Amino acid sequence: MSMPFYVSPEQLMKDRADFARKGIARGRSVVAVQYADGILFVSENPSQALHKVSEIYDRIAFAAVGRYNEFENLRIAGVRLADMRGYAYDRRDVTGRALANAYAQTLGTIFSSGGEKPYEVELFVAEIGDSAADDQLYRLTYDGQVADEHGFAVMGGAADTVASYLKERYAEGASLADAIRLAVGSLGHTASEDRVVPIDDLEVAILDRTRAQPRKFARLRPARLEELLGERGPAEHAPAEQPPEDPAADDTGDDEPPVAPPG
Amino acid sequence: MSDPRLPAAFLQPGSSSFSDFLAVQAPDLLPGRRAVPQGHAGELAPHGTTIVAAAFPGGVVMAGDRRATMGNIIAQRDIEKVFPADEFSAVGIAGSAGLAVEMVRLFQTELEHYEKIEGSTLSMDGKANRLAALIRSNLGMAMQGLAVVPLFAGFDLVADQGRIFSYDVTGGRYEETAFHSVGSGSLFARGSLKKLYRADLTAEQTVQAVVEALYDAADDDSATGGPDVTRRIFPVVQVMTADGGRRMPDAEVAAIADRVIAGRMSNPDGPNAPLTARPPAQTTEGA
Repeated sequence: MSMPFYVSPEQLMKDRADFARKGIARGRSVVAVQYADGILFVSENPSQALHKVSEIYDRIAFAAVGRYNEFENLRIAGVRLADMRGYAYDRRDVTGRALANAYAQTLGTIFSSGGEKPYEVELFVAEIGDSAADDQLYRLTYDGQVADEHGFAVMGGAADTVASYLKERYAEGASLADAIRLAVGSLGHTASEDRVVPIDDLEVAILDRTRAQPRKFARLRPARLEELLGERGPAEHAPAEQPPEDPAADDTGDDEPPVAPPG
Repeated sequence: MSDPRLPAAFLQPGSSSFSDFLAVQAPDLLPGRRAVPQGHAGELAPHGTTIVAAAFPGGVVMAGDRRATMGNIIAQRDIEKVFPADEFSAVGIAGSAGLAVEMVRLFQTELEHYEKIEGSTLSMDGKANRLAALIRSNLGMAMQGLAVVPLFAGFDLVADQGRIFSYDVTGGRYEETAFHSVGSGSLFARGSLKKLYRADLTAEQTVQAVVEALYDAADDDSATGGPDVTRRIFPVVQVMTADGGRRMPDAEVAAIADRVIAGRMSNPDGPNAPLTARPPAQTTEGA
């Protein structure tokens, strides 16, 4: 009989947190900015098909960074939860808070259970209200913590650098064009230089309370982005990323789940 | 939903169909899954009546009268039986009203759910087939008198034209050309449209033709409601084009209905179709 090594609970949790944090920091940031008519999401994501920002329900959107297969599962679960609740009760009874709670419980349970690998994801759950004061933006971390964010929020990649850029320049009640210019500028910002992110590499979506339809989520296509961003000088692609490390390299072969391109 | 954690089934990859998901997770929410005791239940609940759809170049129109009946009683004067199914399509329902409205809600959720999970919309035929599956699951109820018979119409962005599908209670799905009608007054509405419809009508002329058809249906079918001039209740009209679908505002429908009624004051049977065939696209009379 082998003698198990003793690992203190503090050390165990710290190791799991470090593992998750490392996975999340490897990708690129997603920025959420509140503007006059709703909430804007911008990320640098060259893929047109594998989205980081998506619609959950009429007034609720979802954004994520980290491992694609993990957050895609969470996204689908959120759509199912919202649609089922809206069908069983009413469309108005689907709330962002309930969804954020369900995600928090799920992530928290997985993080603290010994059997499962912690999810390497961070999420935004955003819901717009009738006015800017009623807008809600929740940020959920890999361990199930929920933070209620105001104004703007950043996750993934060099989140601190991007957040400090936003903190200096963010103004409440900005127009959509101003908010997009700010968010795109922040994604290109590093300690050493300011890069102009090419339009084709941007994934931009909004929850826009001025839309006539009940579904307030909309993606902004490159043509519209060009119009909103205006002249910005020569664009430059982001430097290549290190490929994501496989946490279970021993037992995966060709059937590895799809991972979002670094972005 | 007492456990705040997302159930494992929610996190499993798999079907992008909402009704398939419900069938596993909450079968009691599906309209077709309920056991109904033996016997005829058709007289217990209100019935919706006539729905008409007609295509025009660049789009399709669907309209429904506002009456629900229970035997000889008018159960409701202002029921709505035409609903947008998604951005480019609409579904109108005849038959047992409560079940039909529930089925429309399920169908709307089904289309939206697919769109959100897959990131793209179903094809027009895919939508029509999903609706057929929902109707088929209701066959048991239909045999006990609680039938639901929808009419489905929408603008097909790929084919670049308006398309109309009719159904039977077994889930049979049939694509119609030009125009179609379902419900108790459908025979009269279809006869009317047969004489009034032409392929080159504009959107507004097509709306007028379907309002005429509903008037004719109400004229001869006691379960179909005509325009209610004293209460200002007029048909629900949904117009779908490449720009999406919209419900025609009540004021616009009222103006068209008033015109139809004014015409009927002098000619109660409505516009006359010429006795001999004429080459198409000659006049605008009757439309």
